[in-house]
Amino acid sequence: MATFSSTVTTTDPVVKDPKTGRGSGGTRPPVPGGGGGDRGGNGSSDHGERLRRTRLGLIVGLVASTMVFVSFTSVYVMRRGLPTLDDRTGGYVRDWLQVSLPTTLLLVNTFLLLLSSITVELARRQITRQAALAPVRSIPGVSIGKEPNIPWLGITVALGLAFLTGQWMAWRELGNRGFYLATSPSSSMIYVLTGAHALHLAGGLLVLLYAGATALRHKPVEDRRIVVDVTAWYWHFMALVWLYIFALLEFVR
Amino acid sequence: MGLALLAIIWLITFFSTYFFVAKTWWLPHGASTAAAFIDNQFALTYVLMGIVFVAAQGALGLFVWQYRDRKDAKKVEYSHGNTRLEVVWTVLTAVLFVGLNLMGSNVWARERFAPADPGSIPVEVTGMQFAWYFRYPGADGKFGATSPKLMDPSAGNEAAVGLDTSDPAAKDDVVAGTMYLPVNRQVDLRLRAVDVIHSFFVPNMRFKQDAVPGLEIHMHFTPIETGDFEIACAELCGLGHYKMHGMLKVVSQEDFDKWLAAREAEKQ
Amino acid sequence: MVAQDAHDDSHGHAVHAHAAPTSFIRKYIFSLDHKVIGLQYYFLALTAVFVGMFLSLLMRIHMVWPGAVLPLIGEIRPETYLSLLTMHGTIMVFFVLTTAPQGGFGNYFLPIQIGAPDMAFPVLNMLSFWTTFIAFVVILAAFFVTGGAPLHGWTGYAPLSALPSAGPGEQLGADLWITSIAIFCVASLMGALNFITTVLDLRAKGMTMMRMPLTVWSWFITAILGLLAFGVLLSAGILLLLDRNLGTSFYVPLVVVNGQIMGHKGGSPLLWQHLFWFFGHPEVYIAILPGMGVASQLLSTFSRKPIFGYKAMVYALMGIGFLGFMVWGHHMFMSGMSPYSAFAFSIMTMAIGVPSAIKTFNWLGTIRGGRVRFQTPMLYAIGFVSLFVSGGLSGPFLAQPVLDIPLHDTAFVVGHFHLIMGVAAIFGMFAGTYYWFPKMFGRMMNEKWGRVHFFLTLTGTYAIFMPMHYLGMAGQPRRYSQFTELAYLQHLIPLNKFITYAAILTISAQFIFVINLFWSMFKGPKASDNPWEATTLEWTTATPPPHDNFGGKTPVVCRGPYEYSVPGAPKDYVMQNDPATYPTH
Repeated sequence: MATFSSTVTTTDPVVKDPKTGRGSGGTRPPVPGGGGGDRGGNGSSDHGERLRRTRLGLIVGLVASTMVFVSFTSVYVMRRGLPTLDDRTGGYVRDWLQVSLPTTLLLVNTFLLLLSSITVELARRQITRQAALAPVRSIPGVSIGKEPNIPWLGITVALGLAFLTGQWMAWRELGNRGFYLATSPSSSMIYVLTGAHALHLAGGLLVLLYAGATALRHKPVEDRRIVVDVTAWYWHFMALVWLYIFALLEFVR
Repeated sequence: MGLALLAIIWLITFFSTYFFVAKTWWLPHGASTAAAFIDNQFALTYVLMGIVFVAAQGALGLFVWQYRDRKDAKKVEYSHGNTRLEVVWTVLTAVLFVGLNLMGSNVWARERFAPADPGSIPVEVTGMQFAWYFRYPGADGKFGATSPKLMDPSAGNEAAVGLDTSDPAAKDDVVAGTMYLPVNRQVDLRLRAVDVIHSFFVPNMRFKQDAVPGLEIHMHFTPIETGDFEIACAELCGLGHYKMHGMLKVVSQEDFDKWLAAREAEKQ
Repeated sequence: MVAQDAHDDSHGHAVHAHAAPTSFIRKYIFSLDHKVIGLQYYFLALTAVFVGMFLSLLMRIHMVWPGAVLPLIGEIRPETYLSLLTMHGTIMVFFVLTTAPQGGFGNYFLPIQIGAPDMAFPVLNMLSFWTTFIAFVVILAAFFVTGGAPLHGWTGYAPLSALPSAGPGEQLGADLWITSIAIFCVASLMGALNFITTVLDLRAKGMTMMRMPLTVWSWFITAILGLLAFGVLLSAGILLLLDRNLGTSFYVPLVVVNGQIMGHKGGSPLLWQHLFWFFGHPEVYIAILPGMGVASQLLSTFSRKPIFGYKAMVYALMGIGFLGFMVWGHHMFMSGMSPYSAFAFSIMTMAIGVPSAIKTFNWLGTIRGGRVRFQTPMLYAIGFVSLFVSGGLSGPFLAQPVLDIPLHDTAFVVGHFHLIMGVAAIFGMFAGTYYWFPKMFGRMMNEKWGRVHFFLTLTGTYAIFMPMHYLGMAGQPRRYSQFTELAYLQHLIPLNKFITYAAILTISAQFIFVINLFWSMFKGPKASDNPWEATTLEWTTATPPPHDNFGGKTPVVCRGPYEYSVPGAPKDYVMQNDPATYPTH
């Protein structure tokens, strides 16, 4: 309940609701608070604020993730150029072994990932529309044309799984060609870079699965929208990271 | 309370400074060409920092007493600062700090940028858990090959560094557990480490350099006094780090030649 | 103005997105309330600091009495000494200095000081604490596994840390150490995310960035440092685990340990150092920045005077943060790194001394012309400045590579970082504790015993760490378990004994603090809402604050955070949310 005390008289006549610092896993529907105001207040602007805040959190989090990939990149580049002491001759030699990448397989995986980026974007827009229309749907007498309910989210999950399977197949192929984790610094870094990316993507997959599950449990669409929206942006970012890693491994041999 | 604070801060400052000025515990005696320059730069730094130290702590102690709250205290000067003053002391600090650094930089350049002189005596220093070994290239002036496969620390000296006696250049290499150097002659050190990082530290020579596995690091210094000087390991290398020490014996050129010849003779 | 208890839901609205919890588990264990989480971090750090101090006590005793047989513990062998040293450093740096100032006080007071009801992501906040807790359990477990805790120092240089056969403790203990740190990295990144989003997005109306208290600025910039640095440590740790367990050779070249050739080739020990210190240097600023924020806050409050040069203080914090990423090589002057790089790093290092000096001048400028009140929080803030000066001024010695030659890896370095990072930051925590205790627990801590604790600790810590500078100049290396083997160290043993006695006394004195803390929680005199007559928003709310911090009444901020002795004002302080205007403002 929002009241304002006499010592906090301000020239601004609008009553402010307390900020609702909702977590990204909020379980309650937005509460229509007392009065308007530019922060808090009625449901949709509160929801918009939560979305914005969660997106901001994602951006901040992606900075940290970027630093991990920056570190691995600098290890890659530095190690590639590093001469090492050859104990037999006593001199310095370059021992960076060029790895033969299963490029075709990786290209297929790239295509699958980019496709999944498209589908996750479609899922994001789909649920945005659903969230926008949700208040209106409940008005009796209003009928909105049912749009074809293509399960973009499910398709994305399937494509993501396909990508991860493809990556695993690529590692197997690398093994067949004699390049294991500990074979050489170059092969080690390939596994580390692609492995770190795969872990990130798997995490995103789990969240998408969670978003799908909450739909089945009939959680409010606004909350689900925030989850799908933020995960979709995360997904796009991970697609970009993949393109970067692929390019690095292909062109900086 | 203000007075108590002033007293404790000033007393701490006094005692700290006293032991610096009295040099009760100080840098060990310097016996290399670099020592005079390093010690000069050290003195300059410690005088300047000492002045700042005394001034800052003195001001802190003074202000907390002078501006203590009491009935007859002056009204507080309501102010958010003084930009001009900020700029002045920022510039002064920058000049002091960066200037101090630049003054020491040519000593650093001399010690580290240039390679060893042509007439220097080459010595290979190998660090391992937990001993130092010193290898002299012998008459051919070349270090023979070593091999990790031949390393056996328990056998000491040649075996510890894995000397490959099948290499002709290795036949005249002398490996010792004590470092002998001729006075007034630059030594061209080749630093190696066999297992983990060690650090070759000779306090009297103002010399320190990490010995890193996988690297062969060249460094030099010039001893200018004869005597025995202890060598300590200055990078944590395992449970024997505290007792990984050696001895540097600086002798005249003739004594050095005699010692080396004796070591060569022993090998036959 | 009566603060409403937000538990009162009778008006039919949830004032707060998650209504105040009622079960014991939701209230005290898995709480989403930043205040509870802040206390959880604080008490975790309090436990860790006593563990850390105990380890250092054992170290100091062994250093001067190497053969001593201690009750219950027995004899401390050289490798045990090194394990104590490693765990002391790791526990203190991570679980004390990176948790209490930021996770403890930051969590509790950042939202309140900016007028927010909680952090941006309360669930993430709760997770970040419990992840930290798990990391702490994992690292303590290292003591109890075969081989014991690792002996490679908190800096974990490879190849020593990468080779299980390089020493006792380097087997499972080392793996647990790395794992604990990796878990800690994840926890810190979660926390940093929360802090940054909260500062950017949850400030109350009128709380512009340049009206935030300097404590908030310090927590904000610390979080940014953490965000950028911990990912690098995580990467480094992962590669180390791979080298240790899966046969890779990132850090380990071909080496022979005890006559056995290890199965590695081509790795670079310097790579570990670069990665570690790229994290490690910002880490030390993470450790000290919150203390600087608290010092600024308290010096202003207890001098009844605005902070001297608020803008400069903010820019100095930013400058320190930014430059902090450019100086990591100064830990590596002797490492075999290029001497030209060393020169570049040394210039940057001297440069970072400049914003630190600015802050010191401004602290002095704040006290000067004020009317200083000497309650215990202020004593610690003054102590902080003194320690910061002392610890800071030994920096320019080490920042010059040519002087680093005699001083690197000696006790001089140990004295330097303990004064400026260890003790100064701890004084910041003491200051914060005595200052915010009334708001957190509704009671005052005992002033007299606070003063006793202060004088004993200030004198004691100087007695411990100032002599280490002399020892370092005399050439005493660090991480030596005893000084019996080198002739030139013998004359330094009496001074080492003095330090040990000082350590025993100072550690004992800390019990005064702990007893004061817990006793006052239950029996201390009741505190008013604003016992220090301070201006920032936490002092406008009830004591302790209600679940949503402001009882439903979000503050509107009208002025900066340090409006003391404003001419024309009725009292010598004006709260941040006081809308009145004064003629000369």
